Amino acid sequence: MKAVITVVGKDMVGILAKVSTTCSECNANVLDVTQSVLDEYFTMVMVVDISDLNADLSAMAGKLEEKLPTMKIHVMHEDIFNAMHRI
Amino acid sequence: MLNMTDIMETVTMIQDEALDIRTITMGISLLDCADGDIDVSCEKVYKKITTKAHDLVATGEAIEKKYGIPIVNKRISVTPIAMLLGASGGDPIKYAKTLDKAAKDVGVDLIGGFTALVQKGFGPGDEELIKAIPQALAQTDVVCSSVNVGSTKAGINMDAVKTLGQVVRDCAELTKDDQCVGATKLVVFCNAPEDNPFMAGAFHGPGEPDCVINVGVSGPGVVRAALADLDDKADMGEVANVIKKTAFKITRMGQLVGAEASRMLDVPFGIIDLSLAPTPAVGDSVAHILEEVGLSQCGAAGTTAALAMLNDAVKKGGLMAANNCGGLSGAFIPVTEDAGMIDAARTGCLRIEKLEAMTAVCSVGLDMIVIPGDTTAEVISAMIADEAAIGMVNYKTTAVRVIPAIGLKEGEELEFGGLFGTGPVMKVNTSSPSKMIERGGHIPAPMQALKN
Repeated sequence: MKAVITVVGKDMVGILAKVSTTCSECNANVLDVTQSVLDEYFTMVMVVDISDLNADLSAMAGKLEEKLPTMKIHVMHEDIFNAMHRI
Repeated sequence: MLNMTDIMETVTMIQDEALDIRTITMGISLLDCADGDIDVSCEKVYKKITTKAHDLVATGEAIEKKYGIPIVNKRISVTPIAMLLGASGGDPIKYAKTLDKAAKDVGVDLIGGFTALVQKGFGPGDEELIKAIPQALAQTDVVCSSVNVGSTKAGINMDAVKTLGQVVRDCAELTKDDQCVGATKLVVFCNAPEDNPFMAGAFHGPGEPDCVINVGVSGPGVVRAALADLDDKADMGEVANVIKKTAFKITRMGQLVGAEASRMLDVPFGIIDLSLAPTPAVGDSVAHILEEVGLSQCGAAGTTAALAMLNDAVKKGGLMAANNCGGLSGAFIPVTEDAGMIDAARTGCLRIEKLEAMTAVCSVGLDMIVIPGDTTAEVISAMIADEAAIGMVNYKTTAVRVIPAIGLKEGEELEFGGLFGTGPVMKVNTSSPSKMIERGGHIPAPMQALKN
């Protein structure tokens, strides 16, 4: 089982570190990271394995929001993307 | 593998374009609750609803968290109560109060099914139920009511049409201190679908299984945003194609959520209603889609054509994305629930006559329209008859949900709040149709009924 974490907002030091620390705390294994910075606007998409997650997805999202209060963060099960974008 | 563009597209749809699942509606058959004693019957109804729907709200919330997609409403639809009333007799209000209590105890937003199906005539319980609708809606909070007065196969029951003009007025009168909210909870149908998840017209038809999950999706904002990205010179075929693709994506999400809810609740997945359901929120308007297509304001000449194209493209896109489609399936045009329509009604660009034409090419009918408080019962009956005729002849669902704003005149407004929105009082043609309405009787089924 995989989930997708998206983080969007103004670029600053330590975003990736904070996200990956939280993943580690929740026992989510990072599988893939894509990020870009355009005009100081930071966008990151991270795919994580949540098979052995020690919290539920919304709790993980809550932790991320706590650590990065100025960023827009979504944590969603990968099924929704597969459903919408793959036939 | 998932790519970043697809992922960000989905996230943007939810975050900025108000994409959501409008409702997960559990349909519950109450046929096995009918008893000769109304109190026993009500007890069985309460027990069955609270047992079947016990986990509905929690399941909806769990799915919201898992997929990060808002599910705005969790609802219940039940067997038309007139069928139970036919067996039990007694005071129909008892059933309304039972439904209200059961719905509140399981935490759902609305419950539909205070309903009678009278397209061919009145059966036992039907007339009693219809007469009780105004009191039932005034004395409850979350109960919704509907009456099917016509169908392509049966014609139009003009006796029911005559009665319902007065019933609609009474619903508003009894709740005049509360924005006439009673009338917002009553829908008068022609060709009512038995598996509709949308309120106020949802009921669980007699042909349905014991318990079923139906899903209604909503995404006018997403369609509008997709069209905004399109070149201004793109032709109408290209516009339709963009809508189709967007509807496909929205519906796939509905299919995923419905299948998940069905699995978690161990209840069969019925249908997805392929709909564009607006809300009064900015960016969630069907009227704004029509304006994005190229109208200066909804209601202008060209509105019907644009809506016909939109409605058709939504269905074509959604059809392949869903295992089973049903319900009302199409674009909704509830005036008070759509920011663009509210504006168009205020400026006078959108009139009831135009809305009537629009109902011939999209889902439902004259929906959430506020009319002057002094509109007579006969005029309301005649509006119902007109809509029913459009539905009957075109083999489609039509409905009337008008709200007589008691004590208010054209230019003033009712404020419902929440999903029901705000409504300016719209001008109604007051020329009297009373002689025709007084005739009553039955309009025979049209030629279209004889397809066999």
